[in-house]
Amino acid sequence: MNDTVISLDALKIGSRETLAASVAGGCSSSTCGSAAGPADMPPQIWEKVKDHPCYSEEAHHYFARMHVAVAPACNIQCNYCNRKYDCSNESRPGVVSERLTPEQAARKVIAVANEVPQLSVLGIAGPGDGAYDWRKTRATFDLVRAALPDIRLCLSSNGLSLPDHLDELAEMAIGHVTLTINMIDPQIGTAIYPWIFWKGKRRTGLEASRILHERQMQSLEGLVARDILVKVNSVMIPGINDRHLLEVNRVVKAKGAFLHNIMPLISAPEHGTAYGMAGQRGPTAAELKALQDACAGGANLMRHCRQCRADAVGLLGEDRGQEFTMELVPETIRYDPSKRQAYREWVAREREDRRSAATQAQAVTGGTVAADTPPMLAAVCTRGGGRINQHFGHAKEFQLFEVDAKGVRFITHRRADNYCIGGEGIEDRLDAVIETLAGVPIILCAKIGDCPCASLAAAGIEAIDAYAHDYIETSLLDLYRQRHRQAERRATRA
Amino acid sequence: MALQILAAQCSVCGACEFECPNAAIKFKKGAYRIDPSLCTECEGFHDSPQCVEVCPVPDTCVPARPAA
Repeated sequence: MNDTVISLDALKIGSRETLAASVAGGCSSSTCGSAAGPADMPPQIWEKVKDHPCYSEEAHHYFARMHVAVAPACNIQCNYCNRKYDCSNESRPGVVSERLTPEQAARKVIAVANEVPQLSVLGIAGPGDGAYDWRKTRATFDLVRAALPDIRLCLSSNGLSLPDHLDELAEMAIGHVTLTINMIDPQIGTAIYPWIFWKGKRRTGLEASRILHERQMQSLEGLVARDILVKVNSVMIPGINDRHLLEVNRVVKAKGAFLHNIMPLISAPEHGTAYGMAGQRGPTAAELKALQDACAGGANLMRHCRQCRADAVGLLGEDRGQEFTMELVPETIRYDPSKRQAYREWVAREREDRRSAATQAQAVTGGTVAADTPPMLAAVCTRGGGRINQHFGHAKEFQLFEVDAKGVRFITHRRADNYCIGGEGIEDRLDAVIETLAGVPIILCAKIGDCPCASLAAAGIEAIDAYAHDYIETSLLDLYRQRHRQAERRATRA
Repeated sequence: MALQILAAQCSVCGACEFECPNAAIKFKKGAYRIDPSLCTECEGFHDSPQCVEVCPVPDTCVPARPAA
C-alpha cells in the first residue's frame, strides 16, 4: 500500500501546478474561502457565514457553536468510528457524554444561549447520523427554532438518508449542512465502510460504497440546488484515501460545495475502532498541510476545524460542555435575549474597528516592505475576539499565522495541553508545548513568565508580550515591518 | 420465535427501535427491550430481522432464549 501514501515531494510539484491554475481562475490563496471577509464574497453569502464559526475563519474569533447529541442512531459503519465509545475527556467527532431527548436538547440550548452570548449556531452532528435519526433531529430543530428564532441551524450527515429530507431542510430554513465525503471512488470506499444499512438490508463491499457514493452526490447536488451552503468533511486516511482527496476536492467544488474540510484521521487502539485496532495511523501535520496546499485552486479549504465532539459547546477550540450537563440545566427555563443581543452589537462595532485597523496596518506594511520579502511565521495565544489576549501558560492551542507584504493569513492551529495549572508551570508540559511549536520562531501572547520565556528562547522560540490585547493582524503586520527594518539596517551597516 | 437485545452490549443508539416493523422495541429504564409477544423476527416484512441488520454492535440482537 506504500505507493498510495502521499509523497511530500510529489505534492510540492502538484501544488505549484494547481496554484498556477488557481491564479488563472481568479483566486491565489487556498484559504480564501474560510478566511475571507465581506469584501471577498457576494453579500448574500457573507450574510450566511458571518456568524458561523465553522464556515468563516473570521467569524470563529467571535462566535460559538453548540452541538446537541440527540441523534445516536446511524445507518453506516465507518472504520474510524466505534459507536460504544463515550468519554468526557476525549475530543473528537462522534464522542458524547450524555444523550438528550429533543425536549432536553431545547432546554440545554436555551441555558447555553442565556450564558454564552457568543452562541450563534446549533448543530446536530450525531453522535450517529442526524438525517437517518430524522424524527429526533427534526423535533429538536422545531423546538429550538420556536424558542430562539434567530439561531442558525446546522446539520452534519453522511448523506445516505439526506436526499429524503431535502425539501424539509429547505422549509425549516436549515442554512448549512456538512456532508462527510471520504471518497468518490467506491473501490476506495470499500476500505473505509465495512457496511451500510439500506432499504432493509445490510450491504457490504462495493455495493455499499456505490450506494453511499450515489446518495452523497444526490445530497450535495440537492442541497446546492436549494441554496443551502454545504461544507464537505473528508477524513484523511494515509494509504487509503489521501491522494484521492485531491480528486474529491475537485469534484465537490465542481458540484458547488462552499467549503472543504480535510481532517486528519484520529486513530488509536484504545478507541476500539477498526482502524485503531488494525494500527492504521493518522497523517502527520506536515502530510495534512501538504495535501491541503495541493488542493489550492479547488474547493476552498477550512483550516480552523477543531474536530469537536458531538456535544461540544463554546468557541471552536474551547469546550464548555461540562458546564451544561443536563443535571445543571433547570427544569423550566426562559430565553433571555439580552446578552446575545448586546454581544452582537459589540461584535459589529469591534469587527468594523478590527477590519479598518488591519487595512490601515496592511497599507503601511505593504508600502514599506518589498513584495518579495520572505514571509514570517508566528504563533498567537488568543481567547477569541481576534486579539492577542491569552496568557502563554493558559493557552491550550496556538493559532499559526503567516504574514508578508500581502497581508496576514491564518495557517492552522496546533493543540497543546496548557502547561500552567493553578499558577505553577510544570516542566514536562512546557517541553510538550515547545515540541508543538516546532518550526515556529515567534509566539505572541498577552503575558508570559520569565522561566518559560527563557526555556522558549533556549529552544529558538522568541516570546513577545508587547502586543498584549492588540488585534492579531495589526500586531503581526507591525512586527513584520519592524523586523524588516532591523534586517535592512543590519544590511546597510555590513 | 423472537429476538432479544443483550443490554450489556447495547450502545443504546435506538436504530432498532424505528426500524422494527412491529413496534416491538421500546426504551425502558435506560435500555432497549424487545417485546417477545410482538416480535416476529420480521417475517412477512423483510428477509432478515431489521434490528440485527442495523445494529452497530455484533451479536447484540440475538434469538431469545425460551423461558426456563
